Amino acid sequence: MLYRQAGTFKTSYAQDQRLLPLRQDRTMMVALLLLAFAVIPFSASAYWLSAILIPWLALSVVAMGQNILMGYAGQLSLGSAGFMAAGAFACYNLMLRVDGLPFVVAVLLSGLIAAAIGIVFGLPSLRVRGLYLAVATLASQFFIVWVIDKFGWFKNYDTSGIITTQDIVMFGHIFASPAETYLVVLTFVVALTWLAMNMAKGSVGRNWQAVRDMDVAAEVMGLSLLRTKLQAFAISSFYCGVGGALFAFTYLKSVEPAAFDINLSFRILFMVIIGGLGTILGSFLGAGFILLFPVFLNILFHAIFGKAVDATITSALEQVIFGVLIILFMIYEPLGMAKLWQNFLDRMRRWPFRR
Amino acid sequence: MKQMELWQRGRAMAAALGLAAATLLPVAATAQEEQYMAVPSSRVGPYSAMGTGYYGGIIDYMTYVNMTGGVNGVKLTWSECETEYKADRTVECFQRLLTGPNGQKMVVFDTLGTPGAYAVINEMAKNEVVLAQYGYGRTDAADGTVWPWVFNAASHYWDQIAVQMDFMAKTEGGIEAMRGKKVVHLHIDSAFGREPLPAMRKIAEEWGVDLVEIPVAPPGLEQQSQWLQIRREQPDWVTFWGAGSGMNSTAMTTAARVGFPREKMIYVTFGGAEEDMIPAGDAAIGTNVVANAVPGKTYPLVQEIEKVVYGAGAGNLANPERIGTVYWNRGLGAAVMWVEGLRNAQAIHNKVGKAVTGPEFRDGYEAIKMTPERLKELGVEGMLAPFELSCSKHDGAGLFKVMKWDGKQFQITTDWVGAPDPELIRTMIKESAAKFAAENNMTPRTCP
Repeated sequence: MLYRQAGTFKTSYAQDQRLLPLRQDRTMMVALLLLAFAVIPFSASAYWLSAILIPWLALSVVAMGQNILMGYAGQLSLGSAGFMAAGAFACYNLMLRVDGLPFVVAVLLSGLIAAAIGIVFGLPSLRVRGLYLAVATLASQFFIVWVIDKFGWFKNYDTSGIITTQDIVMFGHIFASPAETYLVVLTFVVALTWLAMNMAKGSVGRNWQAVRDMDVAAEVMGLSLLRTKLQAFAISSFYCGVGGALFAFTYLKSVEPAAFDINLSFRILFMVIIGGLGTILGSFLGAGFILLFPVFLNILFHAIFGKAVDATITSALEQVIFGVLIILFMIYEPLGMAKLWQNFLDRMRRWPFRR
Repeated sequence: MKQMELWQRGRAMAAALGLAAATLLPVAATAQEEQYMAVPSSRVGPYSAMGTGYYGGIIDYMTYVNMTGGVNGVKLTWSECETEYKADRTVECFQRLLTGPNGQKMVVFDTLGTPGAYAVINEMAKNEVVLAQYGYGRTDAADGTVWPWVFNAASHYWDQIAVQMDFMAKTEGGIEAMRGKKVVHLHIDSAFGREPLPAMRKIAEEWGVDLVEIPVAPPGLEQQSQWLQIRREQPDWVTFWGAGSGMNSTAMTTAARVGFPREKMIYVTFGGAEEDMIPAGDAAIGTNVVANAVPGKTYPLVQEIEKVVYGAGAGNLANPERIGTVYWNRGLGAAVMWVEGLRNAQAIHNKVGKAVTGPEFRDGYEAIKMTPERLKELGVEGMLAPFELSCSKHDGAGLFKVMKWDGKQFQITTDWVGAPDPELIRTMIKESAAKFAAENNMTPRTCP
């Protein structure tokens, strides 16, 4: 009744090509953006802003990159953390060595640098597929982190090999408070999400999905596999690089290359699998689940058990419960959390009828 | 039927969410006789042995202080948060623990790890919290003019590597005897492993020592190629900067296989504990380990805590046999400094018997004077080295004891030893701190 296709009359091509054709979708999006931009910065506590929302948004961008590569283009990749590192350190070096470079330009340039590296490491995708490609992309993960570690120039010859990111200065104002940093990250995320939604819906996304579904048929139809696959790697690495720069500059604030290790790559892989492969919403939901659920478990257990139970036991229990939940989740909804949302919308279409 | 299930599930979810949300809302501030402390523990993950021992020691000492009248009557309360020894979880724990359930702000933060310390180090001045690095972390924080909120009360890795080189020199027969000798620095390929290198390189250059740096990729459970390289190099000494029980014991067993004498290996403070030695079995016998907080149960404070706290069943360690081990004693040392800082803060700011704020605690911590008499009063004489902190000097004693593992326990082989050339280390620290200040457009404060 409330959520339906009936009643949507398109009278122009522009209306037909909208990102969100249903009015209800658009209303929900507007409400969400209003909440994100106008309500949260003023009402959320510093803890929620700086420890929950900012890392979640930064990692959602990375998850979107991984989703573009794995979900839309079907190229298995385990190199996302390496590209994050490339983006983070590129941004640090650009801001360090180029005087007066605006933060936004630095982030976008570091994304482009990560994209260039991504094209190089995407070349194996033209010869190998599936799990073998995943192993080939592992090389990018280890190589990028090793290069940054080995050559002190990237870390400005810091004695401990840990860089401290610069302040975010835009239009002469230092964005230091949690609310301001949150708004900076949010703006980036909204812009990149809009871009990703457009790409997914347009011919670029359709090319990727053709390559994913059956690349031989796609090639026969005239799609250049070289262009499409490398484009997927480039755009995915761009997102990972920008996400990495945001993660480093707005959350971690001091970065050592070892923070972008293989474990982080795996976490991002799990984010897109649990969130939903091939969806934009899945990137956000998966990032939220993998990043924030352990934190909530920790808070919950400390609230419930307090000092009554040995903290070592509760910490270990959190890890066990998290793992069990992932298994259960995959059993009950293998297509991820985005599919759960889709199911909900489908039920809403029929509501108040059940079937 | 289905609707009932949905209702029940909905209610359960709402209850769980409400509980989670409630923990994030601050409760109204209670009476002033409480001081809230933060405990960002790392009880799971590859360094769980370290975390459970260290934070267990901290919590046991705080429990002991509460049981024996508090800090001039002020009871200590604390909240724990699991960091899993990861930098991003440490940042989240810092934000979560910032304000306690009683509305007070935390005054001190101890991450037990260099990555965690670096992740939060820039938040300290803003939030007015002391970063009490106890024997780890950012070395140039020893310069208090650039880092007023960061301390290193149990010294840092540059002093430690100088002491290790000095131990080698003493064993070889003097600094002149070190000329031409070869030392291998086997380390985990991370910031922690590379931290002592600047000082080590300088000392090696001065003494004419041939320094070979061999990194081990984390987690370092497989060191065959590194030890074969060591066998080829045939060094006179190997300094080991490892992390995690797996890596530490693997080094000893691989050294035994390759035939390198354990007596020529010196472990870092965080690399050699009972939890690392015991799994290596006989291969560990003879290994030298440096200590800034000496293990053992002979110290009056350790015995008191065992009697009072564990006697009442309020001990934090799941296995009471870990009382007196390396990490637990180090945790005791860290907590002793916290409480001493609180006492000083109360005295300096005329707040005896009342809770103190962040800046007041900072002043109290900076005023710590651990004279031999005070150490004896606290019951830790011999376990910790005497030292004093000041406005410009934020690192502790710079003194370490070297111990040797005999198969069952650690035998202390030296008394408190310091760097042979403390001026050299101090100069390097000042340079590094000045470089940081220049890069970040900070003016260091002036000290009287």
